[in-house]
Amino acid sequence: MAAGVAAWLPFARAAAIGWMPVANLPMPVAPAEKNRRQDELIILNVSGRRFETWKNTLDRYPDTLLGSSEKEFFYNEETKEYFFDRDPDVFRSVLNFYRTGKLHYPRYECICSYDEELAFFGIISEIIGDCCYEEYKDRKRENAERLLDDQEDKKDAKLPNMTFRETMWRAFENPHTSTMALVFYYVTGFFIAISVITNVVETVPCGTVPNQKEVPCGERYTVAFFCMDTACVMIFTVEYLMRLFAAPSRYRFMRSVMSIIDVVAILPYYIGLVMTDNEDVSGAFVTLRVFRVFRIFKFSRHSQGLRILGYTLKSCASELGFLLFSLTMAIIIFATVMFYAEKGSSSSKFTSIPASFWYTIVTMTTLGYGDMVPKTIAGKIFGSICSLSGVLVIALPVPVIVSNFSRIYHQNQRQDKRRAQKVQKARLARIRIAKTGTSNAFLHSKRNGLFNEALEFTQLPYKMNLSEQSSTEEEQQLTKSTSLLESQHHHLLHCLEKTTNHEFVDEQYYQQSYLEAGLQNYPSRSPSLSSQDGVTGTCCSRRSKKHHTPLQNASTPALMQPLTHKHTHQQGLQELSTIHIRPLSTSRSSLNMRVDEPASLNCQSNQITTAIISIPTPPVTTPDGDLTHQNVVKVSTL
Amino acid sequence: MGMDGMEVIAIAVVIGLFYVVLKQFGVWEPLSLEDSCDGELELSMVRHQPEGLDQLQAQTQFTRKELQSLYRGFKNECPSGLVDEETFKSIYSQFFPQGDATTYAHFLFQAFDMDRSGSIRFEDFVIGLSVLLRGSVTEKLRWAFNLYDINKDGYVTKEEMMAIMTSIYDMMGRYTLPSVRDDSPYEHVERFFQKMDRNRDGVVTIDEFIETCQKDENIMASMQLFENVI
Repeated sequence: MAAGVAAWLPFARAAAIGWMPVANLPMPVAPAEKNRRQDELIILNVSGRRFETWKNTLDRYPDTLLGSSEKEFFYNEETKEYFFDRDPDVFRSVLNFYRTGKLHYPRYECICSYDEELAFFGIISEIIGDCCYEEYKDRKRENAERLLDDQEDKKDAKLPNMTFRETMWRAFENPHTSTMALVFYYVTGFFIAISVITNVVETVPCGTVPNQKEVPCGERYTVAFFCMDTACVMIFTVEYLMRLFAAPSRYRFMRSVMSIIDVVAILPYYIGLVMTDNEDVSGAFVTLRVFRVFRIFKFSRHSQGLRILGYTLKSCASELGFLLFSLTMAIIIFATVMFYAEKGSSSSKFTSIPASFWYTIVTMTTLGYGDMVPKTIAGKIFGSICSLSGVLVIALPVPVIVSNFSRIYHQNQRQDKRRAQKVQKARLARIRIAKTGTSNAFLHSKRNGLFNEALEFTQLPYKMNLSEQSSTEEEQQLTKSTSLLESQHHHLLHCLEKTTNHEFVDEQYYQQSYLEAGLQNYPSRSPSLSSQDGVTGTCCSRRSKKHHTPLQNASTPALMQPLTHKHTHQQGLQELSTIHIRPLSTSRSSLNMRVDEPASLNCQSNQITTAIISIPTPPVTTPDGDLTHQNVVKVSTL
Repeated sequence: MGMDGMEVIAIAVVIGLFYVVLKQFGVWEPLSLEDSCDGELELSMVRHQPEGLDQLQAQTQFTRKELQSLYRGFKNECPSGLVDEETFKSIYSQFFPQGDATTYAHFLFQAFDMDRSGSIRFEDFVIGLSVLLRGSVTEKLRWAFNLYDINKDGYVTKEEMMAIMTSIYDMMGRYTLPSVRDDSPYEHVERFFQKMDRNRDGVVTIDEFIETCQKDENIMASMQLFENVI
């Protein structure tokens, strides 16, 4: 129940008088307010700054420190105030939460200190209002990353008892941990460079063989280049195998991007070794050599900036996609227009629309090679529009990419956004649960509240003593947790139940009750009942509820009948509603209602009493043999 | 030919661009008048001040402190001093999360809003509460009858009772045990009329109602239930 409407609870309860003439059943007793005192002011002294508020305001949230009896620990007898040695500035937000029902996060506050105050006062951070929640989450995320970064720095300290494999892996990942690792790092870097340069130089024409055209160096010094290539590939292969050996999770390592690059870098060489100098495959072989250029990507292990660039491009995929999409749209449009505009002119290069694509791309990216130019006036007009719009279309997504890069350079934004989305869902789920918790709280406290009343009123015969023992402690615990406000609200809902002669159940229970055959006959336990009647002097009777006996797993339509049958029995007589309390384990036999003999109707007294009949597991003598769970408690108001 | 068509289009486009540029310079005023008048004042929230504490004390049976406490709660929820029907419905619905309390809240609103102004002022609120909490049983019964009598003609017909009953059952929601059937309200109304309608004329008058209720022990007992709510 929202705090703000707590003030209207008295009104809602008073308005319940409208149900009274309509109801056929007696109403439950209102929860007694033991210390009826007028609303009083409470002084909260937070590090010297005094805050004053009504006690009712604080009572709105009984599960926080200020709303519960926990604040009594901070009560100062001499000054008659509650003293908290905490930050008064943050306390302002906390107290405003009680007053307005909304928790705000002040921007100037440090996120850590705010969280600590919230934790101290027992307020969950999920209920921060929507106006401040985004800010709060952003700050929290930044803080978490900073902590993570700090932790990673500390991770470099060498841990004792590391296996050789783990040492090697650490050496590979963080080259500055040991000299050996550093040497290895530089050596591999050097060889990557050598390999790339070799590939480049291989194609440079160097020198001429007499009466032949210029040959590239690669063909001239075949052996030398081959040796160089082999050496590099040897080093790379050894490095790859060593990494593979040292990796903590080989499967994950093999799937990682860097390892794929490594493999692609060295594979062409081996394929080239395997293949013969066949004419057919030599073309393919040449193509394979192209992949040798991927060795340059191995540098990304050596350069942080390169990794970030790659990561940025990956994370800006949507913006890049948008850029590509808009460019494609524009290209198609302008190509079409240019084609039709230039169709008339003679010797036009714009032979088809795809041919115009080239012109459009060159113009939009402001390259302007000049190999295709429009000649007609219409073509020139559209061509100029094309180049102007090209500038715009390309310029728009670029700043987004740039800002992304700078953002990612500082933190790992993308992953956290995904994590935050999950948290958002979790947060909403938690708030929803808290809201539905009110209705569940009613059902929950129905058992507990009735325990309370029952044990106050009844003298239970021998059989009941067992249950009483076990439930007293439980009941005492539970009464503490229900505040006066809650108990009044539950009383209100209980009155509504009585008015309509139906009970609230939760969804699960409701569906369960229509799925099982909980409607069977039982031999009545009248001996205990009648003795109980004598003891308690109750007024109204229990009415027999005869049901059909469907099979255990009857289908739903068949079950509907018995229930309607039951309804027709309730004709103007004083009725009791048996409240069945679902046991902790969801057993199917939980709904077995009891059939009792009709006792004499004696409804003169106004006394409303309750009785508990608990059925401990073993002694239950019902035909339904599968009562396997414990504590089926049926509470009936008599 | 087609080429001329393209030329025409090209020239049209050029003119369009020209117009856009001119508009930018403010040279060519758009034909539509500027009607961006934010000067249209939004009707400022009507604020209602209640009557003085003394008058309210005279009109109701609450003590001064009780009135103070009531007003503080009231003002906290409705700073403007007036409760309109929508707010009222939303507040009341929060107490009955499982069902739909809006219809019943509507009837309640009609019962509280005595001068049919469409909003409940603090005076209406407190006078109604005074009857409910501090009034005699007869006054409470009269209030309940007023609630049931939707058109306030002094007679409660079966249709009116049916509407009230349906709204009460609506508040229970779907998940009840036993399940609310479609004719549950109808049966309930039948029983009610059987009890209340003495002369079997199909309507319940205020006298029949009060007389029957005074004879019924349960109803009399439950009327006293909320004595000490405030």
